[in-house]
Amino acid sequence: MSDKVWRLPLHAIAHGRAGDKGNVSNVSVIAYDEAGYAFIEACVTEAVVMDVFSQVGATSVMRYLLPNLKAMNFVIPGVLDGGVNESRNVDRHGKNLSYLLLSRLMLDIPDNLLAQDSPYRTPEIAAQYSG
Amino acid sequence: MSKIVHIGNGAGFSGDRFDAAQALVQHLKSCDGPRYLMFEVLAERTIASAQKAKAANPEAGFSPYLDHYVTDILGDIQQAGITLVSNMGAANPEAAARRIHELAAEQGLKPFKIAVLAGDDVREYLDDDALLAAETMEGTSLAGRTICSANVYLGGRHVAAALATGADIVLVGRTTDSALVLGPLIHEFGWAEDELDKLAAGTICGHLLECGGQVSGTYFADPGFKDVPDLAHVGFPVTEVTADGSFVITKPEGTGGLISPATVTEQLLYEMHDPSRYLVPDVTADVTQMTVTQDASNRIRVAGVKGSLPPETLKITVCVEGGWLAEAEMSYCGANGLARAELAGHVVKTRMAESGCNQEIRMDVFGAYSALDGGILTDERRASLRFDDDYRLRLSLVSETRATAQKLHDELQSLYCSGPAAGGGFRGSVTEQMSSASVLMPRAAIEPHVSVRDVPAG
Repeated sequence: MSDKVWRLPLHAIAHGRAGDKGNVSNVSVIAYDEAGYAFIEACVTEAVVMDVFSQVGATSVMRYLLPNLKAMNFVIPGVLDGGVNESRNVDRHGKNLSYLLLSRLMLDIPDNLLAQDSPYRTPEIAAQYSG
Repeated sequence: MSKIVHIGNGAGFSGDRFDAAQALVQHLKSCDGPRYLMFEVLAERTIASAQKAKAANPEAGFSPYLDHYVTDILGDIQQAGITLVSNMGAANPEAAARRIHELAAEQGLKPFKIAVLAGDDVREYLDDDALLAAETMEGTSLAGRTICSANVYLGGRHVAAALATGADIVLVGRTTDSALVLGPLIHEFGWAEDELDKLAAGTICGHLLECGGQVSGTYFADPGFKDVPDLAHVGFPVTEVTADGSFVITKPEGTGGLISPATVTEQLLYEMHDPSRYLVPDVTADVTQMTVTQDASNRIRVAGVKGSLPPETLKITVCVEGGWLAEAEMSYCGANGLARAELAGHVVKTRMAESGCNQEIRMDVFGAYSALDGGILTDERRASLRFDDDYRLRLSLVSETRATAQKLHDELQSLYCSGPAAGGGFRGSVTEQMSSASVLMPRAAIEPHVSVRDVPAG
């Protein structure tokens, strides 16, 4: 087994969806397999999620765990510029906010957790994340 | 063999694919047992627009897309005995029923038996002052505002009461979306108010179905990571539910899309907060012990949903007038595009401030910072951007007055001639806004006013 560690966004090993209620967004983070879930449960904490969402106005982050489903749910108030009816964001529902977390949370991912056919292993994409 | 109830969902929002129900109807025709087709088309704001339409015309105020969704399926559902359940009634379910009677008559069909649910429009029996004074649990402050609409979320038991009249078609306004599934299940299985695990399972089944294709492959595809076959022709979901509350989510044969543990899990958590306390009028659902298992290709079995007592209050969404939104965009492409786009933004901001506008103007530049950035370009991100690229300035503000919103629109438009080099492709709009807030009311203030009405043909 390779000892290689990949510096990549959460997107490389998880997926999710964002929903809106008032000025609160919820973002699910779901692993593709059990090993991936154990890894993200350990490192995708409320604190690191707060760090990512503070730029868009997060006032707090609450994390809920659903290990049966290899999933976590983050509830993040304050990030929708007042909510769908008030927002000046081009994306008033914050539909894209799942990709804020998936894209901007960078992790050191062990090689065995990255799928063998992951596009992140292709030179074109890997080059964008090296250095 | 134990009874299986089949429910398909032909729409997940107002404006969803108009032809999605065709494959569901064909699928349901091949199933035995009670069969239902639902359409969920009523967003929070949709009902406020519908109230305005009804005020202007007493026969309007239901889904403007009703004809698109039902015209081509009425003959088939009548012939096959499929029951239709929908919130297409919006602010005027009785007018929606009359429109369906007209469509049926035009097609030479037998008259449908249509029941509507009344009582979700709380302004029929609660004072505006009481609503404005109520403490809001989420959304805008209501004090001193002008109410456009106020509708309580009714539950599955209310929908079941409408089905109990023997209706072929049930039309409602505001209910929880999941009630469009839970209602038929309560009606078919006779689930009592204390059968909380079953009510919770039916609620989660409805939650999974309510967004249409979002459980069967739409809103999921991420090429190379999460591939979905034939996204252009996704089969909308159908559930098969048994009396114990366990259920399968599947889709019609021969359709595109994907139903997998991953698609079901993404949709399960969509718009959910605490997964151990998902509140609807009928029950509090807990999905923390829920399991999803793959029975076969595109067949997912869900079990383990737990229920506890429902909340003592019901939730009302109050929509109030919310001012005006201005949005205006201009493109700056090629060498030094970002600097030209940002200069344009600063010119407009300067002129707006000089005209006395004290509303905050949000500035985004597509290609550099937009939906994910809160109107802020960090130094780190700026350093990663290309000098020569395709940038598009977007300015937006919300104002109490139409004139201020229009001013932002006009100032950016003027940069066609009066701004930085080579700005082009201006688009702008000024649209009236609606704000909303949720308030909670005791059941006793609501439920005595809820009733079922038959709307007979002609």
